[in-house]
Amino acid sequence: MTNPVLASYVVPVHPHPLLVPEQNEGWQRLRDAFDEARQQISDSGADIIIIYSTTWPSIIGHQIQADPNPTWTLVDQDFHDLGSMDYSFRIDADFAEAWNKANHARGLQSRTVAYNGFPIDVGSVVALKLLNPDNAIPAVIVSSNVYANRAETTVLAKSCLDVLKSTGKKAVAVTAMSMSNRMFTEFIDAADDKIHSLKDDEWNRKVLEFLEEGRLEDVAQLSRTIHQQIRVQKVVTFKPMWWLSAMNDNRNDLTGRVLAYEALHGAGGAVVHLDPTSNGMGDKEYDEDDVEMYHGERNVLDADESESTPESKQVDDNGPALWDPAEGKDAVNTDSAPKPVGLYPHARRVGDLLYLSGVGPRQPGTNAIPGGPIRDANGEPLEYDIKAQTRAVVENIARILEEAGSSMEKVVDVTSFLVDMDRDFSGYNEVWAETIGHYGPTRTTLAIRALPTPIAVEMKVIAKI
Amino acid sequence: MAKGSIVAGCLAPHPPHLVYAENPPQNEPTSEGGWEQLRWGYERLRESLSKIDHDVLVILSPHWQTYVGTHFLGLPHFEGLSVDPIFPNLFRYSYNLDIDVELSKAIHDKAANAGLAVKMMENPDFRVDYGTITTGHMVNPAFDKPLVVISSNRSRHYYSVEVMQEMMMELGRVTRDAILESGKKAVVLASNSLSHRHFTTESDVPEDMSKEHITSHAMHLWDMRIIDYMRTGQAQRIIDEMPEFTEQAIAESDGGGLTWLLSTLTVPTYPAILHGYGTIIGTGNAIVEWPCYAHEEVEV
Repeated sequence: MTNPVLASYVVPVHPHPLLVPEQNEGWQRLRDAFDEARQQISDSGADIIIIYSTTWPSIIGHQIQADPNPTWTLVDQDFHDLGSMDYSFRIDADFAEAWNKANHARGLQSRTVAYNGFPIDVGSVVALKLLNPDNAIPAVIVSSNVYANRAETTVLAKSCLDVLKSTGKKAVAVTAMSMSNRMFTEFIDAADDKIHSLKDDEWNRKVLEFLEEGRLEDVAQLSRTIHQQIRVQKVVTFKPMWWLSAMNDNRNDLTGRVLAYEALHGAGGAVVHLDPTSNGMGDKEYDEDDVEMYHGERNVLDADESESTPESKQVDDNGPALWDPAEGKDAVNTDSAPKPVGLYPHARRVGDLLYLSGVGPRQPGTNAIPGGPIRDANGEPLEYDIKAQTRAVVENIARILEEAGSSMEKVVDVTSFLVDMDRDFSGYNEVWAETIGHYGPTRTTLAIRALPTPIAVEMKVIAKI
Repeated sequence: MAKGSIVAGCLAPHPPHLVYAENPPQNEPTSEGGWEQLRWGYERLRESLSKIDHDVLVILSPHWQTYVGTHFLGLPHFEGLSVDPIFPNLFRYSYNLDIDVELSKAIHDKAANAGLAVKMMENPDFRVDYGTITTGHMVNPAFDKPLVVISSNRSRHYYSVEVMQEMMMELGRVTRDAILESGKKAVVLASNSLSHRHFTTESDVPEDMSKEHITSHAMHLWDMRIIDYMRTGQAQRIIDEMPEFTEQAIAESDGGGLTWLLSTLTVPTYPAILHGYGTIIGTGNAIVEWPCYAHEEVEV
């Protein structure tokens, strides 16, 4: 399935283009650029506008706005003298709930919020009032998590794409963000506004040059450097490009155009349009790993329980000798999946179907077993975590599918093998529902006496390509 | 006119969990309690303040974050609904409070004369931050005394803790001067936690105290070190170690409140009273009172 994001935009967060564009020529040019973007979005045929806002920080994972009609009056904490911003937005609450569910399926902590009077942040209010003033297109807003890293932010986008694909909706993706975010710390006359420093300006122009060349993933992978160079440490670090790039399949060949770049009380404000049409150029210059599931440190509150989870064990204790996967016509093999314990490929293509060999939880490279092995080298039973093992199985399946050009939503049928049905079915079933079961394949679960390695679960998968 | 005075200075943190746990009529969500150690600490603080005559509460809240100068609420009355953007499941509070605009303006003017960038906030649609409301509620739930509300200028983020402290020391000095000239008796309140690393998950029952503890031993050590300085009259050492404390404990003192508070009290050398300490979603929170009335020449 093609990517459902029809267009992406970078827009600034400060209220000047909304409230007082006439006070400064640059602010007016930003307003004009907002207006141009508004027209493009209106003409795009999008079903939903998705906003990732850096001025909505969160702590408990990401938060997604799910009030169908949030209505209030916002006053900026700094620029309260510029006026008030009345808002009444149309939010796609069903989409928000589905996104939240998809986040959990990929291991993310998130929640929806739907409370009267919830304070929608200034970046989102400015973006929605200028890009979608008549609420013609429903929107959804997601926060920027204070503690989120690249993996978490990337997976947040992928779960959003899961929902777009499952619902068949086409989207416009928007990041509400400053470029350089250092403002003047003194009050200035509007006419005197400029980028705070030459260094900030040079970095902004370099980043915009990348975006105009469609090199979104390169900008994403420069995020930490950009943060160090031109970002004041406010509440959240610079992470919107991680999300936006993942929403665009981490590509570097988009068609980019900078509609405006101006100062907003010293900060860099830009309106950028990124069209998914390939510009025929570009490839990934940097190579940070892609990530499908999130397994961060989100279970801090359950630290005592996690401490009792057996450690993964290395190759020496984890079963028979490993083989290189069998090569051959139609074989699919990947270094991202654990090595086989016999002469067979990870998967094999037959027509438009893909047959996977049985997939267990062992980790590629280390052969470690997340959640621990079920027995020691002497055959003595050990405590293990069936949920961790099941999640690892699903991750391995996802990697093999991706190597073959397939994906989780194309899985047709799964046969699962458990070595201890009584003990493990519940945990296995829970992870199933959160992950692969979300996509709706048929399933058969069998109890068996043993598997070749000291694991508790294995799955046999058939998928479409 | 009689000379004004600061009758007490308090560290009065603002996690909304404390309001949530008390089930006051102003707050919509309801709980089964929780965080009792801190709430009992606030009870002791309220009891202590009830014995000290005072006219006004002066609060610096880290959740009114301003990046261009320091701002002051500049209208006599604010009311509305405050919903915590981070914990909206816990805090949806109908507030109704009065501002001592005269004293606010006096502090503003003195700060401007001292070279600080300052501004009065006079937009009637402005929503008062939940930090101010939480601290205001926990100290005086009736809200029957006017407030002066000062924003948290984030100069630490633009420059350094040292620059932040220079500015907050100056802001504290002019705050004190304005109070003394006003003829009013004031309680000054810094609305901030100590160590400030949160858990990133929340229990199904947020008030489940079996899940509550400090995020790390290092955070605990820092909190105890700072509290020890408070209890032994070594406020200057807090100022001296603020850069390390702020960085290593990710302390909410980065917002300037604690430095400002200590400055308004002329960096006290007398012991503070620790009314309570506890953690909230992993962050360290202390309720501390410097009983100025017992150590300074003030009219009580």
